[in-house]
Amino acid sequence: MSAPYTRLPAWADYGLIPVINLFVAFLFAGLVVLAVGENPLSAAVILVDGAFGSGQGVAYTLYYATNFIFTGLAVAVAFHCGLFNIGGEGQAYIAGLGVSVVCLAFDEILPWWLTFPIAILAAAAVGALWALIPAYLQAKRGSHIVITTIMFNFIAASAMVYLLVDVLKPAGSMAPQTRQFAEGAQLPKLTWLLEAMGFSLRSAPLNISFLLALVMAVLVWILIWRTKLGYEMRTMGFSPKAARYAGISETRMIIIAMMISGALAGMMALNPIMGDQHNVSLDFVGGAGFVGIAVALMGRSHPAGIVPAAILFGVLYQGGAELAFEMPAISRDMIVIIQGLVILFAGALEHMFRPTIQSLFVTLSPRSVGVVAARGEGA
Amino acid sequence: MDFFNVAINVLDSTIRLSIPLLLAALAGLYSERAGVFDIGLEGKMLAGAFAGASAAAVSGSAWVGLGAAVLVSVGFALVHGFASITHRGNQIVSGVAINFIAAGSTIILGQAWFQQGGRTPSLSADGRFSAIVLPGAEAVRDVPVLGLIYSELISGHSLLVYVAFLLVPFTWWVLFRTRFGLRLRAVGENPAAVDTAGISVAWLRYRAVICTGILTGLAGAYLAIAQNAGFVKDMTAGKGFIALAALIFAKWKPVPVMFACLLFGFLDALSIRLQGTPLPLIGRVPVQLMQALPYILTVVLLAGFIGKAIPPRAGGVPYVKER
Repeated sequence: MSAPYTRLPAWADYGLIPVINLFVAFLFAGLVVLAVGENPLSAAVILVDGAFGSGQGVAYTLYYATNFIFTGLAVAVAFHCGLFNIGGEGQAYIAGLGVSVVCLAFDEILPWWLTFPIAILAAAAVGALWALIPAYLQAKRGSHIVITTIMFNFIAASAMVYLLVDVLKPAGSMAPQTRQFAEGAQLPKLTWLLEAMGFSLRSAPLNISFLLALVMAVLVWILIWRTKLGYEMRTMGFSPKAARYAGISETRMIIIAMMISGALAGMMALNPIMGDQHNVSLDFVGGAGFVGIAVALMGRSHPAGIVPAAILFGVLYQGGAELAFEMPAISRDMIVIIQGLVILFAGALEHMFRPTIQSLFVTLSPRSVGVVAARGEGA
Repeated sequence: MDFFNVAINVLDSTIRLSIPLLLAALAGLYSERAGVFDIGLEGKMLAGAFAGASAAAVSGSAWVGLGAAVLVSVGFALVHGFASITHRGNQIVSGVAINFIAAGSTIILGQAWFQQGGRTPSLSADGRFSAIVLPGAEAVRDVPVLGLIYSELISGHSLLVYVAFLLVPFTWWVLFRTRFGLRLRAVGENPAAVDTAGISVAWLRYRAVICTGILTGLAGAYLAIAQNAGFVKDMTAGKGFIALAALIFAKWKPVPVMFACLLFGFLDALSIRLQGTPLPLIGRVPVQLMQALPYILTVVLLAGFIGKAIPPRAGGVPYVKER
């Protein structure tokens, strides 16, 4: 109630509040750790050590982070346009089909640096097409994009099971996956990068799609904040009415934003398929599409926030694997809880602490929130 | 006669498979009619199933299990309410969060408490809701056609099955024939009008999400302590989303919700029955297509090709009192 219109200084808005939200999320996660009878603090130590303690750990952390940068950017682009793309999981899964077709066709003919660009295009195109249908239905028929993208996740999962079991599986094989790709579809590892940083490591899946992810983060920043298209998208996300008055086509915006979002989610498929497993197997996405939601919310839909948020989740994934080894009671599913708590506190409850912090600022330093000036005008 | 037996069999499993959908979809009906979108049905159902199975395993009583399922599920529903009603957070985001928290914590706690890889111990007969044989079911079994329908299809289900079907007319009555129902629908269409009439929008919406919690608790309890004898990790397996699809498919109306759930349950039963058997004319239908059919049908419906599904007007929008 007190001073509802006070504005917080930028550092509090973009730094303090997200950190508090995150802190509360981890506090609750700590309570779950306590509930299963382990010490949350030593769990945190094992987690961080598992993620950063060795070259191997760092490489795995960044490998997982690669997935989450792609999916986080995908969710963020749609967010800016006021759309909630829950379908990243399905878009990435079905994009695996595009990647696998390219890899199966070219892996024995072309070197990796020719296969890779084609595979990027294929992944992006398939992901974008899978997002196009819900986008079209939202824009033209008014069907709620959240529901349709959820449905498309399930449809993608069924389709991929069918394709892997009945179509792509090589004859005589039992496992529902494609054949192993030859060298022409295997991405080079980034071992040198970590060795240059002074780590020594045997083998880790970190590969050049990490660099692709960083490039995409920069491109998304340029798109959203430095182009006309991005401005139009943000306008629509901020106020669809204003966008309509400004003559921005709603249909066009929804379709473009969702296709970019789907393309980014689709590119996630490159990392595990071409960078690590060298085949397409069931459920290779492994929930990364959903982690993207948490990452985008935590990073406040800005690439500069998404990359660190993705790395944080990479830490949780890699460190979580170590943790499960040391404390068997805390399996990897702990990450799912943390993910949920982060989504709850950084997303749905993001404004919970705002009033308290605002009144704190008003009492402690009224000048910083502009209260003094407002009072002066009133008098 | 053989075909008839098969048909009865498929219909019987249709009923069993559609009950969790029906309970969850009715749950969603209360919340969404009051203007609170809920994609966390799945998570609440899962949490309810876990709590129900754990409590029933420890206490040995199905009723204690049912109580625990409802309690935990209402707890999750209140978290959703707290985020989306009190703090006006994004309802979709909150629902997603609840799904994840439920999915993760049921496995972690299940492993910590029972050490069976996320399962709960198998329940004894007392810990479950067993089948109820309706009076005369055995006596009429030999009567052609009708006897089998009565003894197989209508009789011999657990208590929660009959409760679920009774909840359909009950929900209709509550929503369309009581003052509470009128206000609940009004708050989903035009909360400002309800507020002007001096009724608390927040309290009404809280009551709606509590109803949702109770029903998802029943759905979870049915899964864990009636249909199965214990909790298995991720046992809802997307049923909450199919229920959501059924709710939309039925255009947020109680009786159509029942038919939508029966249809989706029938598709499920059929896909289990037809696994690998070729159909005349079409040939072998991939199981995956049958499994995806509820989702495809919902998308087609949402696209407005089979009538248009119009959600409650204030759905998904937090209510802000004018300052």
